[in-house]
Amino acid sequence: MENNKIRGAEVVMKCLVAEGVSTIFGYPGGAIMPIYDALYDFRDSITHHLVRHEQGAIHAAQGYARTSKTVGVCFATSGPGATNLITGIADAMIDSTPVVCITGQVASHLLGTDAFQETDVIGISMPVTKWNVQVTRAEDIQPALAKAFYIARSGRPGPVLIDITKDAQFGLTEFEYKPFGEIRSYNPSPKLDVEEVKKAAELLNRAKKPYLLVGQGIILSSAEKALVEFAEKSGIPVASTLLGLGAIPANHSQYVGYLGMHGNYAPNVLTNECDVLIGIGLRFDDRVTGDTSRYAKQAQIIHIDIDKSELGKIVDTKIAIHADANEALQELTKWIEPKKHYQWIQQFRDLEAVENEQIIQNVIHPVKNELKMAEVVHKLSKKTDGRAIIVTDVGQHQMVTSRYYKYKESNNNITSGGLGTMGFGLPAAIGAKLGNPDKMAILIVGDGGFQMTIQELGTILQSKVDVKIIILNNNFLGMVRQWQQLFFEKRYSFTDIVNPDFCAIARGYGLEAVKIEERVQLDGALDDLLNSKSAYLLEIIVEQEENVFPMVETGASVSEIRLS
Amino acid sequence: MEKLYNISIFTENSVGMLNRVTIVFTRRHINIESITASESEVKGVYRYTIVAQMTEDQAKKVVGQIEKLVEVLKVFYHTDGEVVFQEIALYKIPTKMLANRFDAEKIIRAHHARILTVESGFTIIEKTGHENELKGLFDALVPFGILEYVKSGRIAISKPMKTLETYLEEMSNN
Repeated sequence: MENNKIRGAEVVMKCLVAEGVSTIFGYPGGAIMPIYDALYDFRDSITHHLVRHEQGAIHAAQGYARTSKTVGVCFATSGPGATNLITGIADAMIDSTPVVCITGQVASHLLGTDAFQETDVIGISMPVTKWNVQVTRAEDIQPALAKAFYIARSGRPGPVLIDITKDAQFGLTEFEYKPFGEIRSYNPSPKLDVEEVKKAAELLNRAKKPYLLVGQGIILSSAEKALVEFAEKSGIPVASTLLGLGAIPANHSQYVGYLGMHGNYAPNVLTNECDVLIGIGLRFDDRVTGDTSRYAKQAQIIHIDIDKSELGKIVDTKIAIHADANEALQELTKWIEPKKHYQWIQQFRDLEAVENEQIIQNVIHPVKNELKMAEVVHKLSKKTDGRAIIVTDVGQHQMVTSRYYKYKESNNNITSGGLGTMGFGLPAAIGAKLGNPDKMAILIVGDGGFQMTIQELGTILQSKVDVKIIILNNNFLGMVRQWQQLFFEKRYSFTDIVNPDFCAIARGYGLEAVKIEERVQLDGALDDLLNSKSAYLLEIIVEQEENVFPMVETGASVSEIRLS
Repeated sequence: MEKLYNISIFTENSVGMLNRVTIVFTRRHINIESITASESEVKGVYRYTIVAQMTEDQAKKVVGQIEKLVEVLKVFYHTDGEVVFQEIALYKIPTKMLANRFDAEKIIRAHHARILTVESGFTIIEKTGHENELKGLFDALVPFGILEYVKSGRIAISKPMKTLETYLEEMSNN
């Protein structure tokens, strides 16, 4: 019977094939060598992208997961390899991204002995994974991996880590693939309570100023169509969180804008004027709510989420519905009365005009001085018709992009929301492009964050990934500088940053690279970027001390949003 | 208002489960006052009783976040009035002190304690009860010279009658 048996490492590869995995991001090392050895025989069915740092692997897997709508997979070795994944795992956890991380571990007899490159990655990753497990026997690999994929992709998605000891990778076992059935302690598809949905519909039917907030839950449950149907039947205005951008097309007549700290004026202000607030697939993050003691206190709140622990966590709800967004929206549409809320939506449009006059026009059509971030993003949005995959890093450029890129399609907005991970952008853009190769993927990144994972230019070089990179360079850690200006008396403590020659570096990695500083060059430079046939870097020098407005200051209420 | 809550957690028996549960308390800076774990009436399902000081709002959120853990079946929170609870303490005192003092019998009777073992050097006394009762015997034994004292965490059973199996059935129907 011995010849029916295969190595644990080969089991890993066969499981990945069975789960439909075609792309892996990773970095080899001692404790994961048997798996890499097995991978060598699977090069035809699985493409492995060698990153330059394990943080790059996890962010790439995140970007891949979000544009491909599948589970992202990454490999890392034990010890430092595994710990280097942690930032990305935490990011995937808070942003509900399905990823499976496979880490090598020292042989099981060495566990707990402080062996070379041994670290307790299960302990370290426990608070930031949806689930994790250490496997020490070859025969346990198949069930663990099947369970890992099931957990990562079901319910509220999230990261899962499987730590496999070296002896388990070498060990022999029989292989039969069995997809995972169910876990009695885990209910990823809660049964929709139709009575609660009817109550919610009744509340909305009676409302004079109903208001719908949507988050990434819409995208994760593929509820975009159901959302538009519900919105159009009910006539309710719709606003989006950062991660929800694209869930409803930005040019939809009922879309009223982007919520939160640097969001639009109208959707923030009118949160404190609506009478019924319905939030679907969002978690009322503090960047969305501002001061919760003064958040929508006049309104009755309906909250729909697939994660029960989110219901009532931040805001008190009148009706809480534990459900999948798509299912809940379809049911809600049945019970909602057809209505138009022209006057109520007009209130949003009136405030939008204020924001447009006081802020937007000045930054998208400036006539003098240095280039502004917003005019770049605005032009890019027009030139791509709001249909490119846009990846951002974290900071001012991110807020400007989410304000001025008008997403017309879903699954195109790839950004680090909850964790706010600088360095996310470049590797996530690589994964995002590979996850949906037919679309153009454009990274908009700041000069600070770009340097946190700049080494991934090497991955672009080796894997020939067609990523378009726009660096909005203000030679500052701009968002922190803005806060120092507004709240720390302009004491610019370590936010001025001396940058390298980005174009020279990019060329060193084989990218075409161009730098511009003048407004007259912008159109042509963007066209060249968009028409380029391979990876391309465009560095744009922008105004040094520009601030992003509007802004809800920390501790302020959403209706106290500042326009300057 | 903060008060003592009894959190009862039913989980699968997997490595590291206790760690996953305590992380939820740690993140919210809630100090666990006592913790016990054992198999429940359902084979393979483990029951943790965790006692901690917090507000009801915190208790609700902690319960939600523990219940979210993949391998946790069900979590409840109760105030002291809603549960019957008990702790156990062991007291080690020198046997010669016990033999020499005239009030030893009276104290042991008054506190409903019992003697587990008597050896030439020491005697072990056991008492079950609420924390203040265990402390009462401790104070009474101080003159004897307490060599060692150990007390368990609290175990608690709620007064409502719904069984764990009913919950498990409901969960599989959902």
